[in-house]
Amino acid sequence: MEVERRKIRALSPLDQPRTPEDLRSRQLRARDILRGELEGADLEQYVEERVMTTTLDKVLNVARANSMFPLTFGLACCAIEMMSMVTSRYDIARFGAEAFRASPRQADMIILSGRVSIKMAPVVRRVYDQMLEPKWALAMGACSSSGGMFSNYAVVQGADKFMPVDIHIPGCPPRPEALLHGFTKLQRMIQGNPDPGWRRRYNAIGTEEWARGGPASKPSPEAAEAYRRARELVDA
Amino acid sequence: MSTPETTVERERLAPEQELLTINMGPHHPATHGVLRLVVELEGEVVRDLRPVMGYVHTGIEKNCEDKSYWKVIPFVERMDYLAYFFNMEAFCGAVERLLELEIPPRATYLRVIHMELNRIHSHLVGLGTTALDLGAVSMFWYCFRERDRILDLFEMSSGQRMHTRYFQVGGVIEDIPRGFEAKLRSFLGEMPVRIDQYEALLDRNEIFLRRTRNVGVVPRQRLLDLGVTGPLLRAAGEPWDLRKAGGSSAYSDFDFAIPVGTVGDGYDRYRVRIAEMRESVKIAAQALDGLPEGPHIADDRKVVLPPRSELSTSMEALIHHFKLVTEGFRVPPGEVYYSIEGPKGELGCFVLADGSAKPARVHFRDPSFVNLQAFRDMCVGGYVADLIQNLGMLDPNLGGIDR
Amino acid sequence: MPDAPGLELIRQQINERNADAVLDTTFEHDQPALIADPGQVLAVLRWLRDEPGQQYRFLSSLHAADYLPAEPRFAVHYELLNMPRVERVRVKALLGDPAAGENGAAAAALPEIDSCVELFPTAEFQEREAYDFFGIVFRGHPDLRRILMPEDYVGWPQRRDFPIGGEPVLFTKDEPDSPGWYE
Repeated sequence: MEVERRKIRALSPLDQPRTPEDLRSRQLRARDILRGELEGADLEQYVEERVMTTTLDKVLNVARANSMFPLTFGLACCAIEMMSMVTSRYDIARFGAEAFRASPRQADMIILSGRVSIKMAPVVRRVYDQMLEPKWALAMGACSSSGGMFSNYAVVQGADKFMPVDIHIPGCPPRPEALLHGFTKLQRMIQGNPDPGWRRRYNAIGTEEWARGGPASKPSPEAAEAYRRARELVDA
Repeated sequence: MSTPETTVERERLAPEQELLTINMGPHHPATHGVLRLVVELEGEVVRDLRPVMGYVHTGIEKNCEDKSYWKVIPFVERMDYLAYFFNMEAFCGAVERLLELEIPPRATYLRVIHMELNRIHSHLVGLGTTALDLGAVSMFWYCFRERDRILDLFEMSSGQRMHTRYFQVGGVIEDIPRGFEAKLRSFLGEMPVRIDQYEALLDRNEIFLRRTRNVGVVPRQRLLDLGVTGPLLRAAGEPWDLRKAGGSSAYSDFDFAIPVGTVGDGYDRYRVRIAEMRESVKIAAQALDGLPEGPHIADDRKVVLPPRSELSTSMEALIHHFKLVTEGFRVPPGEVYYSIEGPKGELGCFVLADGSAKPARVHFRDPSFVNLQAFRDMCVGGYVADLIQNLGMLDPNLGGIDR
Repeated sequence: MPDAPGLELIRQQINERNADAVLDTTFEHDQPALIADPGQVLAVLRWLRDEPGQQYRFLSSLHAADYLPAEPRFAVHYELLNMPRVERVRVKALLGDPAAGENGAAAAALPEIDSCVELFPTAEFQEREAYDFFGIVFRGHPDLRRILMPEDYVGWPQRRDFPIGGEPVLFTKDEPDSPGWYE
């Protein structure tokens, strides 16, 4: 079977075919830039080939997204799938997040992997509070997203009840690939480019709770007060 | 090496020495799950230890009283979340006893294959995480590599990696697909080589030996008094294994040995688990070779769902299907305690049936819960670092402890 | 397992020592059970453990069950195992609920039974679990407090009349009316 193989990398100036004349001209240009003698259009072209400009926010977000330090927070069965995401088959080191920190002070992402029981909920909240801004929370699995199959006296019906969660990952337990998918979604969210998901496919952008103009887009006075007080603590 | 005679002397010299109480909280990198340990230390020596559990208590037993018997199976699986096939087997075995239902031989063999693969899986995760705690990080990667292969097999037979709800009352839910046998054979052929690799990593590793030799020894009679079973008891020298001791006839067709240790320290527990993995490979190979033909689930239509092909032709099959799915099968009143040898010890299931379609009480005697009582004996008198090692070699599973 | 006649023999022998300690025997699904009087359950267990012909020295499991609406309501099950002969026998102690039908202070009364921790040290955690979930007080237990529920929890969760808890399923159409945690 004939297979057409094409290079799909973007071409950079360094991909040009290297003839001896090319090499000589590059040497001369390098000598000129070191001597400070490159002028005008040549200098502009040189800089354009090598330097990218962006905003500080974007760079910080790229850095945050691509070098997350997750917190080792395995609660139950999902923890085993989280561990298997760390291991070699579904490597999370590809995405830069292999440095799992044990201390919440050093971590910036908490993966709630497992069911949150009523005895554990205050502990989870405390650990989450001890994490430093910016921090993200990933509710892995059905139990931490919504209580899962355990609708009973002992399980908190979703970690949403007591802490803000950024990404919910369904599954019981979610496959490591599903967890990685959720993680890459979080990375896009952090970089300011959130994945609209089904809303894009069903032409429903603008129906999110915060955009709908419903009760969720206007926080209650208590919530606004709590936010103001928290902001004071952080900004002080 | 951990008997602090010097500390005892110091005790005589300085009776006002204080004990430091520290809390190894539920969130800790080295507790295997959310176990809280309140440890009283004198310097580095552990003087007292109180485990506090319940941080992942899910109320599974109470929830099971609300669901029909086949719906209980996914709940009960999630107790000891590394030994899910064993949880299912204990429950299904108990209900089959109550119903006096015979399961076909093919189902027995398939159950044995999956249970032994699950045993290997549980030991792999336990050893991998224990070695990770002790610093032997490579073992973690190697063990999880094999674990992924086992999970591939589970995915082939049931569609799910973990918590497969593969065992049903009466047999197994589906027969194994084509290709499962070949894949299982290749895995079983390679596994002994891999186990050799694990042994090469740790067996004569000086650091591992220094950390595990003669650490955490509890006398055999004390372990029996505390109700400890499983690899911990076998490492102490007691050859007790429910697969050989009877209870179920599932394992009587297979030829395997029970590895038994001598001293009962951490090193023996590690060796017993490695040897058990080898034996499990042998059992699974024998079960695969002798896999009989036949139905994969019992015939009793009052209890077992009819095959889907019958639904379009037979009215009774449709009615049975409807009744079983909506209400579930009724179990005559009675109570039974059925126990099997799980990877951590004796896993027992007590089912109380009151004649309706829902169980009146499901209780699991979980081995990790009972084995945790030995933890205090293992650690008191040793160093804090030994506590970490003891916890790893105890191999507790918090899902099982807390249920 | 001791078979049905063997079980009757055991009952006779125990009742010779301690009058009316074993009230009944059952033998269903090949599992022998002795129904013991809760006040003398320690004597029964001690006899089964120490008698030269019996030697059921391993307590596999200690668990409780709630037989509501049958009376007596609670039962504590002791699963005993003789390892050399691989024989199991179950001892059931049936306890009534002292708070049934009472109001006020008497409604908080809890069923009591003697603790067997000095006979079988493995019972320590398991009796705490029975206390935690059913409210059965084990007299003489060294440290009887809740083990799996939070320390300050009120109620005995696994009793049959305790509600299962949880929440009704929240459908999308109901979402705008239900407040989130941030409101």
